Amino acid sequence: MSKSVVISNARIVDPATDRDSPGAILVEKGKIAGLTNGAPQGIPDGAEHYDAGGMVVAPGLIDMRVFTGEPGHEYRETLQSAAAAAAAGGVTSFVLMPDTTPVIDDGALVDFLLRRAGATASVNILPAAAITRGLRGEEITEFGLLKEAGAVALTDGRHSIQSAALLRSAFSYAANFDLPVIHHVAEQSLVGEGVMNEGTLATVSGLKGIPIEAETIPLARDLQLAALTGVRYHAAQISTGAAVELIAAAKRRNRSISAGISINNLALNENDVAPYRTFYKLSPPLRSEDDRQAVIEGLKSGAIDTIHSAHDPQDSEVKRQPFAEASDGAVGLETLLAAALRLHHSGDVPLLTLLRAMTSRPAEILGLKSGRLAIGAPADIIIVDVDFPWVVKERELRSRSRNTAFEGARMQGAVMHTFVAGKPVFSHSATREGAAA
Amino acid sequence: MATSSPASVTPAQAASRPPFRHRHLLGISQLNQYEIVDLLDRAEAMIPISRQERKILPTLAGKTQINLFFENSTRTQSSFEIAGKRLGAQVTNMSVKTSSVAKGETLIDTAATLNAMRPDVIIVRHGASGAVELLSQKVGCSVINAGDGAHEHPTQALLDALTIRQHKGYLAGLTVAICGDIANSRVARSNLLLLGAMQVRTRVVAPRTLIPRGIEALTPEVYTDMRKGLEGADVVMMLRLQHERASGRMIPSIREYYHFYGLDAEKLSYAKPDAIVMHPGPMNRGVEIDPAIADGPRSVINEQVEMGVAVRMAVLDALLADREAAA
Repeated sequence: MSKSVVISNARIVDPATDRDSPGAILVEKGKIAGLTNGAPQGIPDGAEHYDAGGMVVAPGLIDMRVFTGEPGHEYRETLQSAAAAAAAGGVTSFVLMPDTTPVIDDGALVDFLLRRAGATASVNILPAAAITRGLRGEEITEFGLLKEAGAVALTDGRHSIQSAALLRSAFSYAANFDLPVIHHVAEQSLVGEGVMNEGTLATVSGLKGIPIEAETIPLARDLQLAALTGVRYHAAQISTGAAVELIAAAKRRNRSISAGISINNLALNENDVAPYRTFYKLSPPLRSEDDRQAVIEGLKSGAIDTIHSAHDPQDSEVKRQPFAEASDGAVGLETLLAAALRLHHSGDVPLLTLLRAMTSRPAEILGLKSGRLAIGAPADIIIVDVDFPWVVKERELRSRSRNTAFEGARMQGAVMHTFVAGKPVFSHSATREGAAA
Repeated sequence: MATSSPASVTPAQAASRPPFRHRHLLGISQLNQYEIVDLLDRAEAMIPISRQERKILPTLAGKTQINLFFENSTRTQSSFEIAGKRLGAQVTNMSVKTSSVAKGETLIDTAATLNAMRPDVIIVRHGASGAVELLSQKVGCSVINAGDGAHEHPTQALLDALTIRQHKGYLAGLTVAICGDIANSRVARSNLLLLGAMQVRTRVVAPRTLIPRGIEALTPEVYTDMRKGLEGADVVMMLRLQHERASGRMIPSIREYYHFYGLDAEKLSYAKPDAIVMHPGPMNRGVEIDPAIADGPRSVINEQVEMGVAVRMAVLDALLADREAAA
């Protein structure tokens, strides 16, 4: 049984209750047992005491989109290394994408993942199961059995189902078991051989472009099918202003839809790609600055619900390639919070809004008890110095793969302590002694 | 500004020329106007060498040149090979035939392997945009881009400019219409960059399906009507249509394409009476160009091939001999 913990002198930021005020937290038996304004009401015997020194104390982050290499590509990332990266980034729970070898499309594999995670990982790993067998977009998987095995959601991960009829069936059947469906929208025939945002930069670089309609056309289809079937639908990751408009309009009629965005699409734009920097080759692609501004507005207005890292470890073999031939994806668990805080420091998005998109909203969408600082909730807590300056260095990343889109980036804000169920799983001073100076 | 007479660059002038400051030639985008003129002048000075009995100017004697072609191209590869040999270099051809999936894997490996053989210059053609630049980062010698994806083909643009200059005497102020598959053409991109830098008025002429979004960054004049696009042009530059790829998707048929965008005498009559006709080859006669035009008096297509050798000699000499002299 974990020790009691007291965190005092905290700036408690809890998006679930819109709280941003001084206070203290008492943790007992892995759960939040006490919340006070001001000083704690005594410190129990044997409790570990953390003086937050006025720093932000918030719920641990819930990342809706993380890929690892386990099983099948452990050299890229294991559950253990992903969890270590997550803990360092303040992520206390993440949804694990089923794009592994084998694909997570069977209850036994969900069970395997949960047991592996329990044995090796320091944060909560929430497996998502495939919507279709082998992610082939042809036959649906056993949603009911997958849910019983512990899958928190259904998704085809990187893949986008092209058949409207199959989606309709999958949405209906998922609604039957009340499982959320997380779908990456990409119209394959419009993506074609595209590798970056369509427009001047792609044309000048001689690269095939991906038009925004490759996102909006399937999104419009999904939103209509979601209304038809009543499924809990989450657009996995949108990247365009036009998609924000579609989501906002649909939300006025349908309360069971939500949308996520990768931190990369909030923090970066297509100009970062030039010339042929494959670490910025992402799916969806980095869009224009106009689209980036539009998705920031979408986040503030509530059209976009969640921010995720889109953590996608890829080794240099598949990344150091000609642009069109390189794999998509970047790691992001360790930079998610710091990159998001850029929007706070720039004055674009309030801190509570940013944290809500990484704590209470994902928890609501997934039906989790975590993601809030409430008595009885799991003590998944982070202490954050929102002003701490640091520079991203790929060699210091804990992930087994180093394909970061933020190499050399100057960040402001770092996690000082991470607790999962009251247990300290990361401490900044312990791991970065000397390196931080 | 530009000179026309091949005799205009004396050896003394050539000796006083500032050294070429680039290590690689990856694209026209890296060159400024003065460097372009410099390369064209150097190329012009190379023309007589290929026309004399003993075609040798051994400035690259003892140097090793590797032609690394991931895509087949008889004419460009031969042109680079002959250019290198006329400068006295030892030339090795490597044709790397791979599946598109395996291509990238071999690229970095191949670069490392070739680098270990200590070549002085590697000439690279690759199907992926940016691949040549990537390879240049992995080797210790000069790299010349012989075409990367739909990105750049700098020596083609230089040889086209030299051909135009030989015929018109100058570049600035001319109007050049580039016609055909703009979307997939590295030749179009390099030419638009080069001609733009030289104050040439450029136009692109193509059906909308073959015009990429954002082309306005490279030229403001976009025409879908070929007759309007050719009106008053000094130069008509045709591009090869990859009709196997385009048919049924980008264009309905070769018949319709030829009807609206194939260069025939009637359409050419809209250009200036002394307009010249160019094509980077290999031509699809009867697809983008009427054979009578391709082989007619206004065609300078064979001269382009000749200028190609001169331009490649000049680029090799600028990259290798100059660097040696500067070292």
